[in-house]
Amino acid sequence: MTFALQFLIDVLSLGGAYALMALGLVIVYGILKLVNFAYGELIMVAGYTLFLVGGSGLPWLVMAAVAVLMAVIAGILTDYVAFRPVRAKSVTAVLITSFAFSTLLQNAALLFISPRPRNVPMPAAFSQTVELAGVITPVRNLITIAAAVVLLGVFTFLMRRTVLGIAMRAAATNFTMARMLGVPANLIISSAFAISGLLAGIVGILWIGRIGTVVPGIGNEPLLVAFIATVIGGMRSLGGAVLGGFLLALIDTTLNYTLSQELLKFRDAFTFSLVILILLWRPEGLLKGPATGQRT
Amino acid sequence: MANPSLEVVDVAVEFSGLRALNGVSLTLSPGEIVGLIGPNGSGKTTMINAITGQVPLAGGRVMIGNKQISGLTPREVALQGLSRSFQIVRLFNNMAVLDNVEAAALAHGSSLRAARAKALTLLDGFNLSHRADDLGGSLSYGDKRRVEIARALAADPAFLLLDEPAAGMNEAETEALLHILAALPRSRGLGLLIIDHDMSLIMRLCDRLHVLAFGKTIAEGRAEDVRKNPAVIEAYLGSEAIRA
Repeated sequence: MTFALQFLIDVLSLGGAYALMALGLVIVYGILKLVNFAYGELIMVAGYTLFLVGGSGLPWLVMAAVAVLMAVIAGILTDYVAFRPVRAKSVTAVLITSFAFSTLLQNAALLFISPRPRNVPMPAAFSQTVELAGVITPVRNLITIAAAVVLLGVFTFLMRRTVLGIAMRAAATNFTMARMLGVPANLIISSAFAISGLLAGIVGILWIGRIGTVVPGIGNEPLLVAFIATVIGGMRSLGGAVLGGFLLALIDTTLNYTLSQELLKFRDAFTFSLVILILLWRPEGLLKGPATGQRT
Repeated sequence: MANPSLEVVDVAVEFSGLRALNGVSLTLSPGEIVGLIGPNGSGKTTMINAITGQVPLAGGRVMIGNKQISGLTPREVALQGLSRSFQIVRLFNNMAVLDNVEAAALAHGSSLRAARAKALTLLDGFNLSHRADDLGGSLSYGDKRRVEIARALAADPAFLLLDEPAAGMNEAETEALLHILAALPRSRGLGLLIIDHDMSLIMRLCDRLHVLAFGKTIAEGRAEDVRKNPAVIEAYLGSEAIRA
């Protein structure tokens, strides 16, 4: 029983983080049908902002809010720098510009800050543990679960019940048609990037909170995780991204518990084998999304 | 002063060297219904695409009053009061029918509440209230077409361009649609341009006809006169019409 609860908390906390990462990636993909490969750097930006404001003596929540805000700004900047100038051109062009922007940001961090890990301030709660029905678990896992629940709830409400949400869903289904109805294309795309930055900022802080330091390549793993989660969940639907995030976390956690010490080094090989199996079974991902995967 | 008309002046469209439209001019005034007819491949749909800016013009211009429409972004065109439907329906299939119609009202600045009320009224007008919460993709072909027209109307257009609105509908559905469409110019003061192959629908609905063949205008004018025009009969209606 305690084992089941332990397992559940591990899956939900890892899955919550994965789901938010995936959602941030797919919100942009849904509308533009283009993957933002500079997505991981939004997490990096949040991390370094937290590091830079670390000595300011502000309350931690204020610092965290500044970090998330910077991630949002970086997200919108991604649109203006890497996407908007070449958006109407070829998919390849955007692929290259988003990679370039990612490299640019990482190298800026290398050059102007340091290639070595930098400590970020975290509240004490992040390193404490708590006993819950006989299970000892880090408090940050519970914070992650709570953040995921709240954000997914807010996000669902935003998409279903607000003007922006309805316009974004229309744009994600058929961008051309939405524009013809009068939906302002640039505003919708910038909003998608802003939401992407918001999710990346928050999940970034939770992610960095697990190790307490930030390095220039901090965003690489979250980008990979988000990409795989959206691929297995279904790139065309927001629900699919969330499902994919939790599924990936279930696979990872199960492997963590079952693999022997020697095999654990190769955990990713096992994970990706399972991902390949899932894709052989459902090449389009678990959830089929709206309309087509093509650019419209 | 009456509301301005939609003026299509000497419009040309080229697809890799092929002239799909070659200097076509057309006027659509508020309150009238104009039928755009012609044989397959004569450029009818291209004409609507050219008016709403989906294809670039190789020549000519599209005006509403003194305001040039050609060259504007899709949103600006929509805000100038131009709405359309498609030959192949383009609903937001994964969104509720109500959301589909609401989205158009919202894009034109309605509040959420006003957009919902407007969408419900429009759906009611098309007898689709009972499908409001169903997904767009789950509807029958005829229902999809009606939702698309309702969605186009949610923008309160000054000019509505319908590309084969009755295609795929049975006779009863076509008849119901005809009554709704016939009432639009008066109730909303809009100008209606309609493409359809159903000649009886066209003849009963339209004040004026505009006939295209090979990307050129071959006749225009009052429906009865156009019907008797020898060039039209030859190009489009064929021997059957001569016997009739």
